Amino acid sequence: MICFRLQQIFSYHEREREGFRAFAVSLSIDSNSTFTPIDHRSDGMDRRLQFAFVLLCLGLLSSTARSDLVVSKAERLVDLNSHIVRVLSKLKVENEGPDDVSEVLLALPDAQAKNLAAIRTFYSDGKLGFVLPTEPIEPKGMPSDVTYYSIALPKKLGKGKTVSLDVLSIFTRSLKPFPEEITQAESQLVVYTDNMYYTSPYPVKYQSLVFRLPGRVESYTKYPKVELVKSELRYGPFEMQPAFSYSPVVVHFENNNPFAVANELVREIEISHWGNVRVTEQYTISHGGASLKNGFSRIEYQARPYMRGASSFRVLIAKLPARAHSVYYRDEIGNISTSHLWGDSQRTQLEIEPRFPIFGGWKTTFTIGYSLPLHDFLFEADGGKRVLNMTFGCPLDEVLVEKHIVKVVLPEGSKDITVATLFPTKQSEDVKYSHLDILGRPVVVLEKDNVVPEHNLYFQVYYKFNNISLLSEPMMLIVGIFLLFVACIVYMHTDLAISKTSSSYLEKLQWEEVQATVQHIKNIFDQYLAAHDKLESSLRDLSRSGDVQSCKAARKAADAQFKELAKELKPLLTFLQSCSQASSILPKIEELVTKEKEMQEKEMAKHTTVVDCFEKKLGGKDIESRIASQQQKLTSLKQEVESLLDSISEI
Amino acid sequence: MATSKVEGSSSLRHAFGGVLSVFILLLIGVVAFSIRLFSVIKYESVIHEFDPYFNYRVTQFLSKNGIYDFWNWFDDRTWYPLGRVIGGTVYPGLTLTAGTMWKLANSLNIPLSVETVCVFTAPIFSAFAAWATYLLTKEVKGTGAGITAAAILAMVPSYISRSVAGSYDNEAVAIFALIFTFYLYIKTLNTGSLFYATLNSLAYFYMVCSWGGYTFIINLIPMHVLLCIVTGRYSSRLYIAYAPLVVLGTLLAALVPVVGFNAVMTSEHFGSFLVFIIIHVVALVYYIKGILTPRLFKVATTLVLTVGIAVCAVVVAILVALVASSPTKGWSGRSLSLLDPTYASKYIPIIASVSEHQPPTWPSYFMDINVLAFLVPAGIVACFLPLSDASSFAVLYLVTSVYFSGVMVRLMLVLAPAACIMSGIALSEAFGVLTRSMKFHITKYFECSHTEAPAKLGESTSTESSAPLENMTKSDTTEKPEVARKEKVARRKQKKEKELTENAHVKPVSAKKEKRPLVLPLEASIVSVFLLIVLGGLYVLHCVWAAAEAYSAPSIVLTSHSHDGLHVFDDFREAYAWLRHNTEVDDKVASWWDYGYQTTAMANRTVIVDNNTWNNTHIATVGTAMSSPEKAAWEIFNSLDVKYVLVVFGGLVGYPSDDINKFLWMVRIGGGVFPHIKEADYLKDGQYRVDAQATHTMLNCLMYKLSYYRFVETDGKGFDRVRRYEIGKKHFKLTHFEEVFTTHHWMVRIYKLKPQKNRIRGKSRKSKLGSKSTSSKSGGMTHKNPWN
Repeated sequence: MICFRLQQIFSYHEREREGFRAFAVSLSIDSNSTFTPIDHRSDGMDRRLQFAFVLLCLGLLSSTARSDLVVSKAERLVDLNSHIVRVLSKLKVENEGPDDVSEVLLALPDAQAKNLAAIRTFYSDGKLGFVLPTEPIEPKGMPSDVTYYSIALPKKLGKGKTVSLDVLSIFTRSLKPFPEEITQAESQLVVYTDNMYYTSPYPVKYQSLVFRLPGRVESYTKYPKVELVKSELRYGPFEMQPAFSYSPVVVHFENNNPFAVANELVREIEISHWGNVRVTEQYTISHGGASLKNGFSRIEYQARPYMRGASSFRVLIAKLPARAHSVYYRDEIGNISTSHLWGDSQRTQLEIEPRFPIFGGWKTTFTIGYSLPLHDFLFEADGGKRVLNMTFGCPLDEVLVEKHIVKVVLPEGSKDITVATLFPTKQSEDVKYSHLDILGRPVVVLEKDNVVPEHNLYFQVYYKFNNISLLSEPMMLIVGIFLLFVACIVYMHTDLAISKTSSSYLEKLQWEEVQATVQHIKNIFDQYLAAHDKLESSLRDLSRSGDVQSCKAARKAADAQFKELAKELKPLLTFLQSCSQASSILPKIEELVTKEKEMQEKEMAKHTTVVDCFEKKLGGKDIESRIASQQQKLTSLKQEVESLLDSISEI
Repeated sequence: MATSKVEGSSSLRHAFGGVLSVFILLLIGVVAFSIRLFSVIKYESVIHEFDPYFNYRVTQFLSKNGIYDFWNWFDDRTWYPLGRVIGGTVYPGLTLTAGTMWKLANSLNIPLSVETVCVFTAPIFSAFAAWATYLLTKEVKGTGAGITAAAILAMVPSYISRSVAGSYDNEAVAIFALIFTFYLYIKTLNTGSLFYATLNSLAYFYMVCSWGGYTFIINLIPMHVLLCIVTGRYSSRLYIAYAPLVVLGTLLAALVPVVGFNAVMTSEHFGSFLVFIIIHVVALVYYIKGILTPRLFKVATTLVLTVGIAVCAVVVAILVALVASSPTKGWSGRSLSLLDPTYASKYIPIIASVSEHQPPTWPSYFMDINVLAFLVPAGIVACFLPLSDASSFAVLYLVTSVYFSGVMVRLMLVLAPAACIMSGIALSEAFGVLTRSMKFHITKYFECSHTEAPAKLGESTSTESSAPLENMTKSDTTEKPEVARKEKVARRKQKKEKELTENAHVKPVSAKKEKRPLVLPLEASIVSVFLLIVLGGLYVLHCVWAAAEAYSAPSIVLTSHSHDGLHVFDDFREAYAWLRHNTEVDDKVASWWDYGYQTTAMANRTVIVDNNTWNNTHIATVGTAMSSPEKAAWEIFNSLDVKYVLVVFGGLVGYPSDDINKFLWMVRIGGGVFPHIKEADYLKDGQYRVDAQATHTMLNCLMYKLSYYRFVETDGKGFDRVRRYEIGKKHFKLTHFEEVFTTHHWMVRIYKLKPQKNRIRGKSRKSKLGSKSTSSKSGGMTHKNPWN
């Protein structure tokens, strides 16, 4: 787990270093470090200045409070390219006092501090880099309109020693659109206000300030030591500034980069131990820049999209983890078809286009969902626990999330849940019922306001889970279906009649009995037919072999069988005659009996004739002519008997 | 050849047949469900068209707020400022069904969304409908016919067109309810069981809940009862099948708020009451006939007839007078247009304007029921041999539904089950005869190869043919004089079951001999079977094609195939999403009524009129506004508190069912209420056009302006791809409206009413002059932030 964190830290540190070009600082002392009080009441766009003034007075009064530390060098690089403002301050702090110091204080005017989304201090000790803990504190005896952060140094700073710290602070909503409303064709102009000097509780010996701008600059605070080089605006260097020096600097410039603000993002991470992590992200996205006035004209937008509609954004890019699959992108009224997905082994990139281009003040909502393979994110931890390692932030590029809610839905039956994050979040627990749950799935809810891409760090959820519980739901289904079948079987086999004496019930019983009897009768007749067949085959044998004796024996046997069957048939027939319900089939059966009798007689007669003929050694043709009429009758009788049998069997 | 094994094999065959038919029915259900999923696969799981959006919205409300709030729901999002009492004006069957299904799934912790349930309700109920068809046809003509009919119904295009996944409309469940009600009626008629009679009235209740088409049932069944009485088929079973249905059914129907007292007060239901009286009279006559001697009975008849005719005449006169005193003669407009197909186009443009209320064309018969159209006559013939109560019902159902389908395209849906039943019977009988004769020949052939004389074939068939004929006539004659009812029922049951099993076991190959008289030559039967299979194959192909290509489009998403692949037109949802997120919650949106349901459901904004066209005046107001010049329209809309106007325009991409093509109906409906709108003003020499020759009124009306605002800038000429000519007036400005949103393909354009101008002191002329300069200023004031 420690390994995770370090990895993150490194990657971050590197990223920041890459992002911020090193800049040279010339050593020159600025003596004009006074400030000019301005009446800001008329200037609605920045109230910060006003109270910064107060702050400064206080600061001057108490500037000696901690005089033992001195910032020997402060280089600030303010990146104004996106709507998220990143300020990288490279500090060299020197201990001039006699005592060892273990913490360094950072100061931010409250006006800036309230927009602070993240602050991070990087400290490099030879090769290894660290992120130092940076916590807000409220020191005594210091100006109160300033928010302080304390950096705990990894080792104490001795007398005369220097430490290098890189402080990255990220501000949101610090770019104010001015004018606040623009038409579709206009570019968006924004104003950024800051302190020209590094706000610090310590005197600053040498400092400089660089603004990196995305485009044209409308105006900026004029000052002797300022130069505008391409897209960089440089102030300073200034030397020997007392603590809490202040001088406002205002930059008014064009910024058409997307001001995408997610007013709310709910990320639901649902773990299935069958091998899947399902992520669902619900966005409410709005454009945080200057509002659009005078409506939206499609013809202008289509004719010259980059000129007429420069301030809007059409596309957002989500960087999803590698091997993300089953991606969808929709909103409450259905799928949104304008999206592209491509990916390689490193990452999956989803380019989404909201239903309409987002202009200033416009809003839209949508949902992105995707699945990830479980084994990329879930690991075994010590003590039989499992750990889920996922990124916290939102996968969209350069989007500020005002209210970020991460819900981790653990499988049903998880216990001992703990969460580890690298920054403070509001944690709570919840229960979610899904897919045949009985107890519900424990949900860890993490909430954080003002989430910027820098918060896209890994966090861990530890929990205990028994693999056996995986089978509980399939087993439940199996048992349920099994019980259903059992119930069906029981229902089919039990007699559910309420009154056993009711006439309809008795009728039903009787009817069943009749059916059984009819079945029996049918069997008997089948045997009859079989006997007939035997006789016929004996005749065929006779014509082949001429064995008269065996033929006679066959006749005798058949005769005996006929009698036996007749005996068997008798009680059944009497039963049927006694039954009222059998009245409908009785005539048919009786007909069957008589036909069969007739057939027996004919068969016997034919048999005897043939045998006699054989004994008399008559020719084949002769025999045929003799039995022809009998044969004909016999066939028709047989047909009738069979058809009757058929009709009986179909009752 | 028959051995003792026969007994075992026959019972096994029964079991096997049972399992096989259950399995086949299961597969039919799967086919019915899955053939309707083309829309989900080709497009997405989304609600289709217009009305389903309303049903979807109601279901959402139901699932969120519960049943009691649903009954009391007054919807203020529609028909502004009138509103609509949803609970009292909607057929709740579909909504309650889907709501129950959703609740059931969620109580089992299966997290289905309401939308998913709604999308798949129709396919699920199509499977049910197929099974109900099986039951109904089984009652009419046996298992074989039942299975065939179920298979045919599972994929009949006419039904598919209304029940693809996403088509969440009343018909989806109503067709099932219709068939099931008929099944229970026939079942009651065949068994005379009160149990089934009660179930029948419950099924009827469900049908009343589901669809206004229930009047078809409550007229068809009395017609059948009357037919039975007239043809001398009166029996106590008929009484049991009918009387409880009328009493219980009417009581239950009156419980549905939307029907209420209509169940006894509108003429659609009078027929059933009349027949109810008649059946009682007939029952009385039969009873008296039973207790009186024939001579006495004759006397009584003459006496009653003379008095009765007089009384009847008086009653009928009173009834006619009562009915005639109401303006529509007690019939609702839609029902009237059923009886007189020209009624709607003459008197109610709003009914005539709906394309599904038009009479169908011949190709649509072929499209919707395909080969069934040819099989139906054969089925009718089969129903007459022999004619039973059940088969006479099937014939009557077919005949009436053919008539109704000829009146309204929509009612093709009612014809579909009837056609399927008839075709099922026809196919099953044909297959029965053909396979039987094939089997006959084959068994004969084998037998002859065993023994000697092949010449016996002719004789045996002749003897065979005489015997069963005798048999049949005997059974028919013995049946009639039977007096005791129970015995008769039992006999009927047997006979029926005999038929069933006969049909069921025609197919399984057995060594049994055949006994039917009708035997065709072997070659002919083989060829015919082959042809029938080809015919069935063609039908299946057509159905799959229809399901995949013709009826799957959700109509809110359009696609077109071009050389560079599939192109999706998702403009409607784009516009609705924009409205939903970027206007105030209480803003009113005016559009033609077609888009009302979608706007309330998808954009969640209040609309002025919607697809439930209950108030003609209100619709006419919107129609008038659309056909008025800008200023007058602005005043109308402003008086209705409208903030946005939405028009659908297809001219850029060639989407034909846009507002310009519907515009003549707006003029007609508007003109029907407000006479200053004259249709003739919009027509040039009787022709409807928007090109350079169009009339001045046409080119200055709001609809024209909103549709074509800045359209000419797209290609420089203003070529309309739907009408295929250049538009008449190309360059113009809007004075009272401003464009706020147009979708990607220009299919939906949304305009905002400019706020009222500040009154300028001075003469009117001055203010007119100043209007142009103030317009931009006032535009500046509108920003008053609609989207913050």
